[in-house]
Formats: sequence, C-alpha cells, structure tokens
Amino acid sequence: MTRFLRWAQTTLLAATLAFATAQTVTVFAASSLTDAFTALAHGFEAANPGARVALDFAASSTLATQILQGAPADVFASANLLQMQRVTQAGLEAGPPSTFAGNRLVVVVPSDSDLLTFEQLARPGLLLVLAAPQVPAGHYADEMLAAAAGVYGAAFVAKVRRNVVSREPNVRQTAAKVALGAADAAIVYATDAHGLSNVRTVAIPASLQPTIRYPLVTLRGSAHPAAARAFRAYVLSSVGLAALAGYGFTPPP
Amino acid sequence: MRARLSPGLLVGTGLVLMLLLVLPTLALLARAARPALGSALFDPTVTAALRLSLTTTAVSLLATVAFGTPVAYLLARYAFRGKVLLEALLDLPLVLPPVVAGLALLLLVGRRGLLGAPLAAIGVHVAFTSTAVVLAQLFVASPLYIRSMKAAFLSTPWSLEAAAVTLHATRWRAFRRVTLPLTVPAFVEGCVLTWTRALGEFGATIVVAGSLAGRTQTLPLAIYAELERNLDAALAMGAILTLTAFALLLLFRRLTRAD
Repeated sequence: MTRFLRWAQTTLLAATLAFATAQTVTVFAASSLTDAFTALAHGFEAANPGARVALDFAASSTLATQILQGAPADVFASANLLQMQRVTQAGLEAGPPSTFAGNRLVVVVPSDSDLLTFEQLARPGLLLVLAAPQVPAGHYADEMLAAAAGVYGAAFVAKVRRNVVSREPNVRQTAAKVALGAADAAIVYATDAHGLSNVRTVAIPASLQPTIRYPLVTLRGSAHPAAARAFRAYVLSSVGLAALAGYGFTPPP
Repeated sequence: MRARLSPGLLVGTGLVLMLLLVLPTLALLARAARPALGSALFDPTVTAALRLSLTTTAVSLLATVAFGTPVAYLLARYAFRGKVLLEALLDLPLVLPPVVAGLALLLLVGRRGLLGAPLAAIGVHVAFTSTAVVLAQLFVASPLYIRSMKAAFLSTPWSLEAAAVTLHATRWRAFRRVTLPLTVPAFVEGCVLTWTRALGEFGATIVVAGSLAGRTQTLPLAIYAELERNLDAALAMGAILTLTAFALLLLFRRLTRAD
C-alpha cells in the first residue's frame, strides 16, 4: 500500500511538473518593471489556473542582448524603443510590439538630504549616479540632460556631468546606490522611488522630460505561443493597465 | 611501483570535463581572432579600461606585498591567542561572494559608511573612486598572497634563521639572506594568483566603485558594459584578459619547474 502511494505520489509530482513546465511563460522585463510585473504575474496566474510565469528582470539592453544570443524568452518588455528595435530588427518578434506604459524621470535623494531642486544637481562635490548609457534609464537621463543644456545652459550641464561618479548596470541598482547612502542623488524613473524607504524624490521639470515608452512583444520561437499571447493580452487589459497605474506608471504616451 | 591506471581510461572518463574547461576559452579566442578586433583595441573605452586595470592592479599588488608579507610571517612564526579566529577572518574574503564583499566595503567606506562618514566630514571620499577599485582588489585578492607566503614561511624551518643568528647575523639579515630566498617560488605564485584575481575582479568593484569610464571602469566592468553596445570591443578585451592570464600561468609553470 505504501509502495503504491509512493508510486502514485511520484507519478503525480512528475505529471504536475510536466504540466507546469508546459504552461510556463518566460517573461524578460526591464528592471523598472520589477514590482509591477511581479504583481501582474501573480494576477495572471490567478486568472489562468495551471499557468506559471517565470520572470527575469535586468536592464532592457542586457535582456535584448540575451534574446539576440538565443535566450529562451516568450515575452520581452523593454523600457525603450531602441532596445526593442534591436530584437525586432533581428526578426525575433512573433507580432508587432505594443506600447503598454509610460513613465517620468525623477531625482532620488536620501530623505534627510538638503537637495531640494533640480538645479542643485550642479552643486560641486555632489555624488550623482546614472544608469549606463546603453541602459534605457541612462539613455533617457542623457536625453534629459541634453534638453537641460537648452534651458539652463551648457555650463550647468557640464557641472552636473562632472558630478556623475558611476553609470550603473541597471536602473534599480542606480536607485539602490542612494538607498544605501552611498550616493547623494540618482536619476531614475518615478516608479523606482515607489518601493524605496529612506529616499525622497526631487522633480525634474516637465519641459525636460523625455518621452518614455514601454513596448512589449511576444517572441518567435516561443515554446508556448498561446500562453505568451495570453500574458500579453493580460498586461494590455484594463486589469493589467490598472495594476501598472497602481505602481506609478503613466498611460502609454 | 610504476603501475598506474591506463591513460586511455583516464582520458575517456575525464574528457567531458576537460572539454568543458578548454572549449569556452577556445570559442572566445576563435571569435575574437578577426582583423576587426585589432581596431577595437584602440577604442577609447578599451584603452581607458586597460590603463585603469594596469595601474590599479599594480598598486594593489604592491600594497599586498608590502603589507601581506609581514602578516604571512607573523602567522607562520608566532602562536598567539585568537590566531585561528584571525586566520579564518583573513581567509573569509576568498570564500565570500564578490558582490557581498562589495556591499561590505560600501557600508564601510560609502558616504554614510562606518569609516566613510567621518572621512566625508574631512572631505575625503573613497567610494566611486579609483581608490575604491584598489580597495576591492586588495580585499578579494590579497588573502591569496598571504596564504602562499604563509605556507612558504612554514616550510622554511626557523632553525635555519636561528643558526644564522648564532653565526652573528642580525635577525633582519638572517631573514633576508636565509628565509627570503627560499620563498621565491611561493612569492611568484602568490603574486601571480593575486594579480590575476585582482585583474579579473568584477562583483566587488561594481558595487563599491561603480562603473565610470576612465575612473572606475576596469577591464571586466568595461567588458560587461560593452557587451550591450560594442561586442567587438568586449571580445577584444576578453581576449586580452584570457591571453594575459594564460601567459602568466605558463610563465609560472616554467619558474616553479625550474626549481
């Protein structure tokens, strides 16, 4: 009897595993989507019993490189169009990308910091951290600083750039440097400040804000195309968009 | 006593692992061996990273030798309370994940760190500077040197030094003329291991020093950044690191075999 039970248990476990892997959607998502997509994955799993979502978060540039090198992703959610284009130019998409969210740039500073305005980023000796230039958040920050040169002058931007002490591998690590108290300020997305304690944000003027777009695509060569399309539909549904708004994302621009 | 297992059997069973250990490097070098890579070597990112890696590892190696040799001698020649604990603490960086090492260093020398906060008060900043790069390298690599030298001192009997002293050599002279020459192979081994480990340092550096071209972006950090922007540059830098490490290992084999 015990032997039969053990056999039944093993078979059942194997069957569950086989079913689970058969239904697992692998989603590669931009770092800034960490909290929102974790919640969306839970929502998707709850709405589709038996489906599982495996999430991989990194800089969109890292994810795009991995996809180009053959990483087995079913869905790719990028923080900018450029990194999405690297994937679509290689013809790896299963359908056209859809923009599902927007965002804003902010400055995050330790909550006890005396930095109150965007202009104070030019203060000599300030330790400022940005994401790396190829990372969307870093690319947007560079775009924003280029726009700032037109408003505040090239000398202002040169001073801000002199304060940059590191270009981090993804936006979450950029924000973490401030949360750890290692840097005085970081330029990140408004959504990254959401979950962090010990930090507050300083607004970046609306006139300098770059247009931030998050495109999402299902990938060719996916082992579970139907499940991938279902996840895409879930993100773009009113439930999905409301969840994104709950994490501070703006509607797609 | 010349009976050994048949080489055929050994190669047969070991082949899979040997291939796994050799093929990745060959794949990298095969991909890198293209004329386009020559020009990638002169990319400003590559030259800046190369220069920074060479200077920081030179400084960290010098500091390791200067401060590590006395530590190794102390551990080899003296018994004292808490020695076991101290030895374990000094070996800890070797088994610590590099990212944890970086986080620990950042919490020490960061702007709000244990030492970083008082230092910041007098206007000294360590995190995100080339100094932080050197600190990360020292932290993860110098224990290798200490281990090599300690083993060497342990295997040169103290009685040799003592004999020299009875022959009216000063203690310093006895150390310099008797013990030190016997530790040359271990010294070379310690330096090679420490230098290559420092040269390859990634995890601790990116956390405590950040990544800024020309200031804190060493070769491994530049490879990581260029992977997403300029694959040729990443490949060129990867090939440099691989060939350098391999040349050093060969050289080291030569030196120790000659003994």
